[in-house]
Amino acid sequence: MRRLLYVVWLVAFGLGLWGVGERLVLGHRLAAYGSYVVWGLWVSVYIYLIGLSAGAFLLSSLVYVFRVERLERIGKLALFTAVVTLLTALLSIWFDLGHMERFYRVYTSPNFRSMMAWMIWLYTGYFLVLLGEAYLAFRPDLVRWSQEAGRSRLQRTVARWLTLGRTTLEGDVLERERKVLQVLATVGVPLAVAFHGGVGALFATVSAKMYWHQSIVPILFLTGALVSGGGLLTAVVAFAWPQRDGEYRELVSLLGRVLLLLVAVDVLLEWAEFSIPLWYGTSPEGHLLQVVLFGPYWWVFWVLHLGLGTLVPVVLLVLRPRDPAAVGWAGLLVAATFLSVRLNVVIPAQIEPALRGLERAFTGPRLVFSYVPSVHEWLVTLFVLATTAALLWLGARLLPLMDTEVAR
Amino acid sequence: MEGGERALATQTRESRSGRRRFLKTLGAGAATLLALEVLESTARPAEAAPAAPPAALPAERPQEDVLLRMQRDLQRALRKPAHLRRWAMVIDLRKCVGCSACTIACVAENKLPPGVVYRPVVDEEIGTYPHVTRRFLPRPCMQCDNPPCVPVCPVNATYKRADGIVAINYDQCIGCRYCIVACPYNARTFDAGEHYTDGTPGRSPVEEVPNFEYGKPWKREGDASPVGNARKCHFCLHRLEAGMLPECVTSCIGRATYFGDAEDPEALVSELMHRPNAVRLKEELGTKPRVYYLL
Repeated sequence: MRRLLYVVWLVAFGLGLWGVGERLVLGHRLAAYGSYVVWGLWVSVYIYLIGLSAGAFLLSSLVYVFRVERLERIGKLALFTAVVTLLTALLSIWFDLGHMERFYRVYTSPNFRSMMAWMIWLYTGYFLVLLGEAYLAFRPDLVRWSQEAGRSRLQRTVARWLTLGRTTLEGDVLERERKVLQVLATVGVPLAVAFHGGVGALFATVSAKMYWHQSIVPILFLTGALVSGGGLLTAVVAFAWPQRDGEYRELVSLLGRVLLLLVAVDVLLEWAEFSIPLWYGTSPEGHLLQVVLFGPYWWVFWVLHLGLGTLVPVVLLVLRPRDPAAVGWAGLLVAATFLSVRLNVVIPAQIEPALRGLERAFTGPRLVFSYVPSVHEWLVTLFVLATTAALLWLGARLLPLMDTEVAR
Repeated sequence: MEGGERALATQTRESRSGRRRFLKTLGAGAATLLALEVLESTARPAEAAPAAPPAALPAERPQEDVLLRMQRDLQRALRKPAHLRRWAMVIDLRKCVGCSACTIACVAENKLPPGVVYRPVVDEEIGTYPHVTRRFLPRPCMQCDNPPCVPVCPVNATYKRADGIVAINYDQCIGCRYCIVACPYNARTFDAGEHYTDGTPGRSPVEEVPNFEYGKPWKREGDASPVGNARKCHFCLHRLEAGMLPECVTSCIGRATYFGDAEDPEALVSELMHRPNAVRLKEELGTKPRVYYLL
């Protein structure tokens, strides 16, 4: 099983590298997005991964802000997941830029009327807080690992480097650090809410697209982040936790119940999102919601999102709440299929011409109001996802992510 | 904001020196009685070099081609300080025959690649056979006075000029395409770096010469701007500042497109845009377009 996963990863990463090579040499020529549908798979993957980051981070705040002791053991895992998914989210959106080499201009000449500029500056702040928090949360364990004989040489070296030379484990130093950590985590919560709400607002503020221009959109981004991030953490804990004792089963079952609650809230908001514009059938975005539900890609909503991503996990979580494997599968399904929700946010808004008849006005392969990601786009996305998986795997190998010895 | 203002200042400076040259040549009394279209085509190669001398226009006559009147309006506007001009366009839908000459002339003028179009003619079929009519609606950039595409740009690469034109600084644009989704008229498109001759043994000459958008030569090579940028209609700003009407105006076989300075009460566009049958697209959004349609 493990060997099969390695092979799958190698193939995915190899294909992904090929896609990245194509992207760097040929620019946007192989991408299927064009001049009317300008945001496609890479933007969707970006908001998907950045949602995982915000969700994992907000869940870590249960540990570092609200001191929920029963979840204390997943605090570091959640922080590390948040760092990794944020980095690979940025990788995905970086490939999407028309001029990758100019990305730094969002810092050197920002326009603070732009919701995109706000989002970027907010997640930069969020990233710094996240790094600081991760350092403080990991340091005691890193110091211990760097000195433990039972660790491999690589583990000891990495741990020593990451302590940044600060090796003290004195009680009052740790106490002070824990206080700083709590302050950082507390600052991080509104920052994470603001930046991921900002990702939603980036879409919601665009009055040209009625499909996005809804107040509920930024809220849905936040619940979506919690659901998908919660699903991912649940899956990682259920499948990769080193000990399989009673405490492990308790932890997984608790995560399962949290996930069920989050899914329920998300479903409620989604019901509002769809039912209100569709009820009388006369709202400007109703037509596009109809396309999502009954258009050519109906299965993205019904099969991937509602079936595999909602119904199956809910059944698993309700019927087998104490079975770690069932809860793990529920989490994995929720997290993996959430990309379908992100695609259904990004694409449908762009498939309607701003003026009736524009679709026939001056045509060409890039002047169409439909979009299916090209093979090239999938390859680049494979690279991004394989990198995410590799970084998480490396973290689990080299860092005290799931170390049971929590510095108390 | 800073970047936009700086670019604006540069442009104002440039157009001021252009005006000096213009007045000097006018004073020298250089005159030619060639027809307008011929003049324009001879003036074209001089664009990269110093601005062409203004076309000397034949005396005003009743029943003359509206292009002559608009050319006079344009020359009058160019004599004003740049910040006092407010360009506007009027399109008479009753005169548009849907030939798409403006679309193609624009593609030729700006050397537009596949996937990029500044002025498509929207073709709407109304009714069911055999009771069918068609309605044509040329759609340039609306050059909105309250443009939704400008505030969304994260790096100030697009800005509203004092003369009303919404411009793009190709060298600043990072290619995020937020402005493209923010435009309620689909008036911006993305340059993905393609050529019409891709997959053939060679390039067509028109793909190899630079265009002169925003008064600067832009050669599409590799991934250099404008490849990777958002692109849009700019009322042929580079032609205006060289004393020429926008390409879509001069190429309109039905004379359905009018252009001029809306601040000039004598200009043809001022006359037309205040007619009772003048409308603007999606007025309800509050974008305040500078393009008017006569129904």
